[in-house]
Amino acid sequence: MSTPLLSVRNLQKYFPTSRNVGFRKEKLQVKAVDGISFDLMKGETLGLVGESGCGKTTAGRTILKLIEPTAGQIIFDGKDITKLRPGLMTPLRAQMQIIFQDPFSALNPRQTVGKIIAAPFEIQKVTPEGGVKKEVAALMERVGLNPEHYNRYPHEFSGGQRQRIGIARAIALKPKLIVADEPVSALDVSIQAQVINLIDDLQKADGISIVFIAHDLSVVQHISDRVAVMYLGKIMEIAKTEDLFSAPHHPYTTALLSAVPQPDPRSERSRERIILKGDLPSPINPPAGCVFNTRCWKAQDICRTKTPELLTVGKSQVACHFPE
Amino acid sequence: MKNLLEIKDLKVTFPTDDGFVHAVDGVSISVAPGETVAIVGESGSGKTVTSLSVIGLHNRRVTQISGSIIVNDKNESLDIVTAPLDKIRSYRGRVVSMIFQDPMSSLHPYYRIGSQLAEAYLVHNPGQKEAAHKKAVEMLELVGIPEPQVRAKEYPHQFSGGMRQRVMIAMALMNDPAVLIADEPTTALDVTVQAQILQLLKDLQKKLNMGILLITHDLGVVAQVADRVSVMYAGRIVEQGSVDDIFYSPHAPYTLGLLKSVPRIGAKSSERLKAIPGQPPSLINLPQGCAFAPRCEYISLAPSGACESLKPELLGSKDEHKSRCHVPEGMRDKTFAAEIKGARA
Amino acid sequence: MVVYGVFSILPFDPAALTCGQKCTPQVIEANRIKLGFDKPLWEQYWLFLSGIFVGRTYGAGSAEFSCPAPSFGYSFNENMCVTDMLKEALPITVNLAIGAFVIWMVVGVGLGLLAAKFRGRYPDTLSSVFVLLGTSLPTFVTGLFLLVYVSIKWKIVPLSLEGYKSLFDDPLGYFRYFILGWITLAIAYAAFYTRFTRATVLETLGEDYIRTARAKGLTERVVLLKHTMRAVLAPITTSAGLDIAGLIGGAIITESILNLGGLGRMTIQAVYEFDLSVVVATTMLAAAVVITMNLIVDIAYGYLDPRVRMK
Repeated sequence: MSTPLLSVRNLQKYFPTSRNVGFRKEKLQVKAVDGISFDLMKGETLGLVGESGCGKTTAGRTILKLIEPTAGQIIFDGKDITKLRPGLMTPLRAQMQIIFQDPFSALNPRQTVGKIIAAPFEIQKVTPEGGVKKEVAALMERVGLNPEHYNRYPHEFSGGQRQRIGIARAIALKPKLIVADEPVSALDVSIQAQVINLIDDLQKADGISIVFIAHDLSVVQHISDRVAVMYLGKIMEIAKTEDLFSAPHHPYTTALLSAVPQPDPRSERSRERIILKGDLPSPINPPAGCVFNTRCWKAQDICRTKTPELLTVGKSQVACHFPE
Repeated sequence: MKNLLEIKDLKVTFPTDDGFVHAVDGVSISVAPGETVAIVGESGSGKTVTSLSVIGLHNRRVTQISGSIIVNDKNESLDIVTAPLDKIRSYRGRVVSMIFQDPMSSLHPYYRIGSQLAEAYLVHNPGQKEAAHKKAVEMLELVGIPEPQVRAKEYPHQFSGGMRQRVMIAMALMNDPAVLIADEPTTALDVTVQAQILQLLKDLQKKLNMGILLITHDLGVVAQVADRVSVMYAGRIVEQGSVDDIFYSPHAPYTLGLLKSVPRIGAKSSERLKAIPGQPPSLINLPQGCAFAPRCEYISLAPSGACESLKPELLGSKDEHKSRCHVPEGMRDKTFAAEIKGARA
Repeated sequence: MVVYGVFSILPFDPAALTCGQKCTPQVIEANRIKLGFDKPLWEQYWLFLSGIFVGRTYGAGSAEFSCPAPSFGYSFNENMCVTDMLKEALPITVNLAIGAFVIWMVVGVGLGLLAAKFRGRYPDTLSSVFVLLGTSLPTFVTGLFLLVYVSIKWKIVPLSLEGYKSLFDDPLGYFRYFILGWITLAIAYAAFYTRFTRATVLETLGEDYIRTARAKGLTERVVLLKHTMRAVLAPITTSAGLDIAGLIGGAIITESILNLGGLGRMTIQAVYEFDLSVVVATTMLAAAVVITMNLIVDIAYGYLDPRVRMK
């Protein structure tokens, strides 16, 4: 019984832009997501990591069709939703939800918390057993909020609590898939752990599949079953979490892991760090061949001309001509 | 050797619509030459207010500040708390420099990089335009910007985030300061860029023997660059010691809580993170006793009623490692040691 | 073109207006032919346009007369070539505009700066009173007010009917002629610029790069006058450029009330008298000025904001 819940094949999202060259306007494309493919099983958490500009946020939103893909295929629960028009997407949206990064701007400041959490029911025209009010109260309790506060406004809550409200809203319709876009990045360290635990618990209880987008590798390692590393719109490596972190095969993954500081002074002092040289190229004009070649210490001629495919190396999938 | 920076019993309060905010409540920190001291804390801990006070950038009309902040350089010294504004200005950018969190917005968008750097020099060495521009190029090279003469003529928006932070560092070091205050310098940067910048700071510190006061919330960064650490909570220092002390034998329940709640690469991911329950207190109505008491799981180990009613003092059996807690130190050592081992398994 | 269109719909006979009360149908008919009103509308338009470049001849035979290039037509009301009328009126309007501009910029930006620096204290409160007055008082009220008190009652400035005096010939006369107009216009615009400057300065003061400037050890004066103003310059320039362009088109109300012979007054009189050529000419001139100013402002913005340049 292993048909993936979500199948993404060669997904592309290009954003048109223009630049003034003299008096002409040159049309350009920002290649935010440039051909990514992966599967997500039921109840699995896939971590999507990368640095700024790698395309992970765009990928997350495109999967949910909040942004229309430029090319590629998205198959959700057996259905090809790639070309589905917004009108036909609506009933499916009950199954696919999102949690946003910024707990301050993700909630409508003019609506009470109760109304915010009840909104999904209104939009999908679904009445849960026992009525909306009762369900909202139950949801609030589940995420660790006091149900008596349902008449309060978002600004009366702390950052961590607002994120919990966002989570309650996301799980209201019992979705099969949640895309969590940097859900803890804007929170204080001591609150992050609370929210991470909450997401973990909810997922295990309800069997939700999660695409967990983050730039913090430690958080991703803790919560994900598998991890995909993105760079300039492409996936560099996908592997099971333990494999990726203990034996990375792609040079970029190695560099990333080497850059993350760990709360362990002795190991920090003795560590050998790989410092990547150069700057991140622009997604308008990504390098030819392997997108990482301009900063890779292993780059050879073939890296500059031929784009590597995502192939199996050991237990992982790696897009590199010279995997470690 | 004298300490470059001596903060003693700093208290900062300012009024708001809801009452007086006691942002900093009796903080003492010192930084020696060549040393990196980190102030770790979350939002509301008072770490940023502390750092701004060191160069007198607090709002002078409404902020009440007491205690002393003494900056020592070669043959001059100044108490920032009592000094007149023009004296403080003569120290800013020359003896004490500061770099901030967001390099995107911290540089003036309309002036060239070279001019902005040169200005930092000219403020304290008026009339030496040529020397200033020459030094600007030298500093750009020192911080690792390729083709510095060309790039000095460019504008901030033509630089990437990491480059901009390097420029900020170059600007801060134009006058060879004794102390560099870095307020979350890498928080807004990607992790690979962060590694570059932290390495750069360490290298520069070695070269110039300056003291660095690093403000951050990231324990990994602290472990990577700090020599000594002050952990702040609700405006007070709850633990102070060497970086090894803090990470391997923490004495404050809050420190321990932080260490346990941070996910680590290499740890068993099946285990739940041990989160600290509850939230930080309001700085307007601070609780009567220990500010951390409502969230602390070790209250039972302290003399009954002490945590709720009495503010603990900053004490320690070793002078270099102090903490605030009513639970006897010996007991904490034993209890915490087991927890720390568990967190790092 | 729009003006021509509007005029063609209006129910009047332009030829009939060419002479006063002693008109006879023959004179009207003669004038009609002379001025070319008998020709179809599009031909009239073409003649008008070409006249700008090559001049235009009216009438035929012995009654011929012409307006040399650039010809904007002929005003039968005034019995002059429009170009000559423009030559008289333009300097007045330009002087009015520039004088007022200088006053309102100095007052407006200066007051705005003070208000921002002393925010919440008395300079700020005073300036907001000023802003309130300046914004609510329309130019005809201010103009009339000044006229009544300063000119008539207090006799400081004469009710100018002597006409325009150049700055070089008669400085005192020059100032007396324009001063009321300058003040009237300046009050309204200065109010806007005070508010605009204050808001922009306050916004800029909150920026991170101002904090950096202070951290370098710069004095508040330098921070304000150099760093802050530099950032504020760009939006103010854009606004100022467009405002002055509009004014050169003619400050209709002010000029009419204070009887200054500028483009504005000329235009409004021409409208009342159905003097087509004049209206078309002034409209075209105003449009040309605005378009040119737009271009200048765009280019200037590129110099002021380097971020825009690269694109």
